[in-house]
Amino acid sequence: MKILKRQYIILAMLLFAIFFPLVTQNEYLVHVMTLSFIWMIGVYGLNLLAGYTGYLSLAHAGFFAIGAYSLGLLTVKAQMNFWAAFVLALVITSVIGFLVGLLALRTKEHFFAIYTLCVGYIIYLVIDKWESLTEGVRGLIGIPAPGNIGPISFQTPLSQYYLVLSILLLSVLAMYRIIHSLTGRTYIAIRNSEDLAQAIGISTIKNKLTAFVLSTFFAGLSGALYASFIRFIGPDIGHTVITFDLLTYLLVGGIGTLSGPIVGTVLVVWISQQLQFLQDYRMLIFGPVLTLLVIFYPRGIVGAIASWTNKQAGRMKQRSLRDEKKEDSFPSSDIAPENQVKEG
Amino acid sequence: MLELKDVSVKYGSFTAVQNVNLDVSEGQIVVLLGANGAGKSTVFRTISGLNKAASGSTHFEGSSISKSSPDKIVKSGIVQCAEGRKLFPMMTVYENLKMGAFVHRSHRKKTKDSMEYVFELFPTLSEKQNDMAGSLSGGQQQMLAIGRALMAKPKLMLLDEPSIGLAPLIVEQMFEVIQKINREGTTILLAEQNANAALKIADKGYVFENGSVVLEGTSEELFSNDEVRKAYIGA
Repeated sequence: MKILKRQYIILAMLLFAIFFPLVTQNEYLVHVMTLSFIWMIGVYGLNLLAGYTGYLSLAHAGFFAIGAYSLGLLTVKAQMNFWAAFVLALVITSVIGFLVGLLALRTKEHFFAIYTLCVGYIIYLVIDKWESLTEGVRGLIGIPAPGNIGPISFQTPLSQYYLVLSILLLSVLAMYRIIHSLTGRTYIAIRNSEDLAQAIGISTIKNKLTAFVLSTFFAGLSGALYASFIRFIGPDIGHTVITFDLLTYLLVGGIGTLSGPIVGTVLVVWISQQLQFLQDYRMLIFGPVLTLLVIFYPRGIVGAIASWTNKQAGRMKQRSLRDEKKEDSFPSSDIAPENQVKEG
Repeated sequence: MLELKDVSVKYGSFTAVQNVNLDVSEGQIVVLLGANGAGKSTVFRTISGLNKAASGSTHFEGSSISKSSPDKIVKSGIVQCAEGRKLFPMMTVYENLKMGAFVHRSHRKKTKDSMEYVFELFPTLSEKQNDMAGSLSGGQQQMLAIGRALMAKPKLMLLDEPSIGLAPLIVEQMFEVIQKINREGTTILLAEQNANAALKIADKGYVFENGSVVLEGTSEELFSNDEVRKAYIGA
């Protein structure tokens, strides 16, 4: 029954996403939603590494920017075909991800976070200062919208919305398959305990590296979509501020959960839109809320809901067991320990 | 089968294990006795490649494994069942066992056979295969830890304090199972503080003190040794 319910929720979310632009007719809202979908793809990348593998990379915006700038430079300066540039941008991001991963994964825990924070900042600096290539602070202007695929063109905001939505759905599906495969369980095993994972024969170096590269791939994908959607990029997109934005979305939604990136991104983006009149004072609200969330619900909103429904299910089971016992007029005995709450 | 020659292990400048020589022959149960901090676990971690020896060499079935990575060592047939029932608490019993067969992940048939063998050995695990590992009792968790180690089809199993924190009756069952696993062809190296129970099933033993072996011999010899009796058996 629980699975059935989950299917309904997914279906409802999907229908909402499909009909949203048709219902609102508000171009600004569609724009914000498209942008949220793009961020979500990036957040999924961060989730795979930080949430499932247990390695918090703070270079994520750097790889987002590498994806965006690769696409921008290949289309604007090299005049490449859009989709060829798009694929190449993903390859470039993943290759740089591989090289950075080789070095970064020699460190662990907070050392890893600090190391990647530096890497991210260096990426930002390179983009900012290498003016002959990246145009520096002036940014890259005139990035083309996604090229036609056969008869379908992506020039209108509405078609771009659906393009981004489809890529997001593919990303979520890919993520689902990864998490529910042996590979995903291997990542979770590494998060759980690296020593233990090694002791059962997992090559942790190899698996951490694939997780890192996959995570940068999704960052690059997100960045390339961003560049083609906004059509102007500046060095700011590689700044650590963006990394922490993505991390906020992930923490609010639920780190290490499959639907956390969607929930967190939509919620935070929507709330920031609503609170825009407060300008930077918004942070006075976000800061404490985030702190409380991390303390009381370390697995975000999705984690909180999951443990709440588990508790309810446990209570229901106990109650029905008690009723059965009354009916059978059994002598009262303790309730089986199997009914303890299991948090998943 | 397994031979350690003059192995020393250091944590920084601290020498945790000094010039240890061990010899385990195929089919044996060998026990390492010693108090907390005597170096037993460090020896285990060194055999399975989690720590590197500062000097000395480790040979398994004639070839050196001193420089092999932990996953290579598991593939060669040495599997450690770590102390303190280390499981993946957020995974189900079934998933934990499946992870144990990681090195054989391309052989579905082999994995299935090992799973059946483990369920036969521990019927409780079969009943609870869809429960979260974190919800099991202490004894069941230890069974799962041993079961998971068996999934890798080890030639040599390293068992670090399987009796720790368990009720006496469960400890007895645990040692019976260890004996059974041994009879069915797995060589066992066991670290224990419970010398009485361990020496009963072991062929030979080594006594550790402050990181080095102070005594070695067959279980009968150790059992009748006054110092061992005084220090570890309490009679």
